[in-house]
Amino acid sequence: MRRRGPQSLLLHAALVTTSLVSLTPLGWMAAAAFMQPGEANALPPHLLPHDPTLQNFVALFTRLDMARAFLNSAVITVLATVLSVFVNAMAGYAFAKLPFPGRDRLFKRLASALVVPAQVGMLPLFLLLRELGLVNTYAGVLVPYLASIFGIFLVRQYALGVSDDLLDAARVDGAGELRIFAVIVLPVIRPILATLAAFTFLSAWNDFMWPLIVLSDGHMATLPVALASLVGEHVQDTELMMAGSMLTILPALVVFLVFQRFFVRGITAGSVKG
Amino acid sequence: MRSSLEKRQMRAALWFLAPALLLLLVFFFLPVVAGLLLGLTDFDIYAIGSPGNARFVGLENYARLLTNDVFWRSLGNTLFFVALGGPLSVAVSLGAAMLVDAKLTRLRPLFRTIYFAPVVTTLVSVAIIWRYLYHPRYGLLNHVLGLVGVGPIDWLGDPHWAMPAIVLLAVWKNFGYNMLIFVAGLQAVPAELYEAAAIDGAGGWQRFRHITLPGLAPTFLFVGVTTMIGYFQVFAEPYVMTQGGPLGSTRSVVLFMYEEGFRWWRIGTASATAVVLLLITLAGALLQFRLQKERT
Repeated sequence: MRRRGPQSLLLHAALVTTSLVSLTPLGWMAAAAFMQPGEANALPPHLLPHDPTLQNFVALFTRLDMARAFLNSAVITVLATVLSVFVNAMAGYAFAKLPFPGRDRLFKRLASALVVPAQVGMLPLFLLLRELGLVNTYAGVLVPYLASIFGIFLVRQYALGVSDDLLDAARVDGAGELRIFAVIVLPVIRPILATLAAFTFLSAWNDFMWPLIVLSDGHMATLPVALASLVGEHVQDTELMMAGSMLTILPALVVFLVFQRFFVRGITAGSVKG
Repeated sequence: MRSSLEKRQMRAALWFLAPALLLLLVFFFLPVVAGLLLGLTDFDIYAIGSPGNARFVGLENYARLLTNDVFWRSLGNTLFFVALGGPLSVAVSLGAAMLVDAKLTRLRPLFRTIYFAPVVTTLVSVAIIWRYLYHPRYGLLNHVLGLVGVGPIDWLGDPHWAMPAIVLLAVWKNFGYNMLIFVAGLQAVPAELYEAAAIDGAGGWQRFRHITLPGLAPTFLFVGVTTMIGYFQVFAEPYVMTQGGPLGSTRSVVLFMYEEGFRWWRIGTASATAVVLLLITLAGALLQFRLQKERT
């Protein structure tokens, strides 16, 4: 075993201190979520619940209808993830492997629109959905999630690496383009689709401004929107709010921990623009 | 003449692209263009019922923004948030990346995961958590500061501290994202350069200054500009933590736009504000493009 020098000690002290800073707010949330009413305001602060209780979670689900918000979030997020993976996978593959005149110029134009902030179109989009009767519906909140320029970009960069020989061989064998896509391409580009799915899941689950705008009816609210309105009335109930925060954060954390390696790929791929 | 294979592929491309392009056209590009146009009208709550009530007013909305103190205050707050939070977040990300990437570091994946965890958390939830952490009397932060004899600070209640407090939360939440990009950048710096420098007797600081920093220049550019663009869109933190207060000290441009548009239904002014945000973002992107060109 290597001798641990003072340099290594110092390094690991810094690593652990930074970890504490990263984890303390989340740890405190998790502890407070199980505390008795008022305990989170104890002085000196309790770092762990002295008499753990589930009553905050029970209150969220019985008195406060957070079950509905959870369901809304789950339905919207799952639909957004599944549908957007298909829409963006098809478009990204076409931009990479199906030649047509002006293809690369069109892709460049599209990629340059990546810099346009989503907020710029939000007001007109709201008015449009209002005309279509889609305000306060799942469909209304979903439509802007389905096609994403970033998603198309991710898939295209990855699909460029698919072997042309493989595709041509299938064509010679008489396979149709849809069949080639479903049977040959999809399995090969699966890793980038997992990346895309993980990103879409998290951004749909965590999104706030758009659902806040388009889901103004309390029954349709997603978890973040419901939570933000809950804190207005229940700001004094720290433990209850921490239980609500935990309910919202936990699915995101679990998805991240399970799909971790796909996130790294997506982030570093996004940073080297081709 | 095109071969039948080419024709077949073109037809397939059309079908494969149609869903994505149609969705983007109707629910993204069309609204963006409509936003530019709405910014030139006096579209308000009366026009929502019957759009015929809206009139073309030219640049009047922009002129009104220029004389609106609340707008200027929001722009100033946002610039402060970007100017303080941007560099701070990039610096923390780089520091964390160097810690994680150091040769002696053990349990590298564990630390990387811990630092990244706040990135995936729900912004609204962590804003609520930090609201309690910042509580002047019961908050954990003031308690810890009290142990070393500092404070108490009324983080979110004092107009001087509220924006820095939001910056702190934003940096805590975001630094792991850019850290990953910096780690990739660090690994792309050729190891031979460090070995050569070590042979020449260069110390740690000199190696950092003359090898690491120049090697990371493209990464800095990308991270710096994307972080700035992202920080200009700050919204949920002030919405949840301070509602723009105290005394309007945390109202951001996007929060101002939201209030104009969805609280007062002044769609015209709100759209003009969105256009201002777009122009700022385009300027940032142009800057990145220019600097990148200069380098190559």
